[in-house]
Amino acid sequence: MEQLLQLLVAGLALGARYALVTLGFVVIFRATGVINFAQGSLVLLGAYLTYQFAGPWQWPFLLAAITSVIACGACGPVIERLLLRRMVGRPAFAVIMVTLGLLIVIEQAVPTMWGQDPKNMGDPWGIDTVQAGAVTVAVRDLWTLGLTALAIAGVFGFFRYSRYGLAMRATALDQEAAQAQGISVRRVVALSWTIAGAAAALAGITVASGEAGVSPSISQIALAAFPAAILGGLDSPYGAIAGGLVIGVSQTLTAGYQPDHAAWLGDNFHVIMPYVVMIAILLVRPYGLFGTREVERA
Amino acid sequence: MTSRSPLPHLPLSRLTVALLAAGYLLAPWRLSDFWLSVLIYGGIAAIGAVGLNLLTGYTGQVSLGHAAFLGAGAYTAGYVGVDLGWPLPAWLVAAALAGGALGALVGPAALRLRGHYLGIITLGLVLLAQHIFQEWNALTGGATGRPTTLDASIAGVDFNELTVLGQPFTREQSWFWLVWALTGLAALAVANIVRTRPGRAMQAVRDREVAAEMLGVSVTRYKIGAFVVASALAAVAGALQAGFQQYVSPSEWSLLLSIQFLAMIIVGGLGSTTGAVLGALFVGALPHLIDELSAGVPWLAGEQDSLISVFALNQIVFGLLIVLFLTLEPHGLAALWVRLRTHIARTPRWHALTRRRTG
Repeated sequence: MEQLLQLLVAGLALGARYALVTLGFVVIFRATGVINFAQGSLVLLGAYLTYQFAGPWQWPFLLAAITSVIACGACGPVIERLLLRRMVGRPAFAVIMVTLGLLIVIEQAVPTMWGQDPKNMGDPWGIDTVQAGAVTVAVRDLWTLGLTALAIAGVFGFFRYSRYGLAMRATALDQEAAQAQGISVRRVVALSWTIAGAAAALAGITVASGEAGVSPSISQIALAAFPAAILGGLDSPYGAIAGGLVIGVSQTLTAGYQPDHAAWLGDNFHVIMPYVVMIAILLVRPYGLFGTREVERA
Repeated sequence: MTSRSPLPHLPLSRLTVALLAAGYLLAPWRLSDFWLSVLIYGGIAAIGAVGLNLLTGYTGQVSLGHAAFLGAGAYTAGYVGVDLGWPLPAWLVAAALAGGALGALVGPAALRLRGHYLGIITLGLVLLAQHIFQEWNALTGGATGRPTTLDASIAGVDFNELTVLGQPFTREQSWFWLVWALTGLAALAVANIVRTRPGRAMQAVRDREVAAEMLGVSVTRYKIGAFVVASALAAVAGALQAGFQQYVSPSEWSLLLSIQFLAMIIVGGLGSTTGAVLGALFVGALPHLIDELSAGVPWLAGEQDSLISVFALNQIVFGLLIVLFLTLEPHGLAALWVRLRTHIARTPRWHALTRRRTG
């Protein structure tokens, strides 16, 4: 029972990180119809910038984290302006390939600048744990859950109550109609990329904090976040959160129980578990649990 | 909606065919074994690339799962060629059948999805396959890999120790002839599929699915058909790669390999078989060219204080190639070639020359 609770808490924390990355996918997809495969590179950049500020430059950690979130938020619209805007109206796979190309470049450029060896990000919570009854919880996981909840509440509040949030929802519904009402679609798109970049940076910081450390492999989290996005439905922000949590929990549960109970599935099965869940869901519901069924038009 | 292929049909002139044939026969006499092996890998990649081009370039369906089918082909060849000890035609056909069957199994489920969804589910396919390759010890030798010293003889001619009229050839020389003969066949087969009724149907599906369906094209059937052919060709490429390397490990069949294949058809020019072959040669040879060129550059290479490793530079150049080709020259090398040719043909001097010759 303790093991189950412990795995659930760790799974929710992992799922929260996925949810942040997934939220970025969904926000961009709603505004532009593009899946940004390069999201992982912004996760990477966010973590390494925080390390650079808090480590070698000796800034206070909070300032370092906020600065890196803002910096990555600024990177988003730059990528959109320089690359993705040229791809408007091109086939889906061409757009996928451009973002994949960008991912490859940044994934190699980052270790070239900072080196391959893992770094300590200098976060204040480190490897501390707290006891809650018989359950041991990493402080890092609690912070992850808290920060993610805050960030997601902020984004959802923004969608719901602000002028631009309304503009973003209108654009997601119908781009042309939104434009006819005087909404600047360009600004909405830039804003979406900003939110995605900032969320990715926050995900990077929470992944690399504590025992994990900053290393080039953390961009892998974006690979496991795709199933989360698909699971929830690519155009549903609520689905993004739900999908992230489901994938996170199922992954830690698999890591906890599969080696004992289903050893024939092989070592490290939990790494591909998100994809197994995704394929199972897609076979039953091709547009995810909360996604809108696409209407075909000639 | 996808864009129409902009390329005029690019028939090879008799002169080009003669030059290619001469190159095919003479290259092994003139090139070092190292460059021959670069060309062999290029030819193997070209087989996979023309297959993927049929699926992505002509039918408009993206697949990030190509590496999984190469892997399946490699292990099938390993099983049939080493464990059963059968000769070249047997393991080549077995690999093609296994790849095609796997494609027929996966295709119907995957191809229900479109665009970005299809991209992500095929990405899942490649990760899943890699896991299976790592865990199925009996077939794949686990994470460390397995030997694939395949019997490369066909009708008494052994391509591992080729001897013609008492003249022995190196392994690279003989495999060059073997691989490029197969590459030629594969390219010819795909070029012919494209020009026939199924090929036209595939292009109709790419250009406008609903319109194609209205015209009586069975969209699902042709999508799956293209997927099966692409998978079979990928498996053949995987089998040949296993045969030439004589050893395979699961880490080869990664997402990066799938991306490389997509890069080949993008760099070469989508919807052009010649382009796919050119792209495969270009992307395949690029790391070796960078290796050769970087040998004398002090801030490169494996030195401790070097600015950037050769591997990282390779990947960065490769990533930039994809991005730049897609944003600046979406129709690839094939379009550059066509433009160059028209440019030359329009210069008065060349015009006069050709006029005199034909007149």
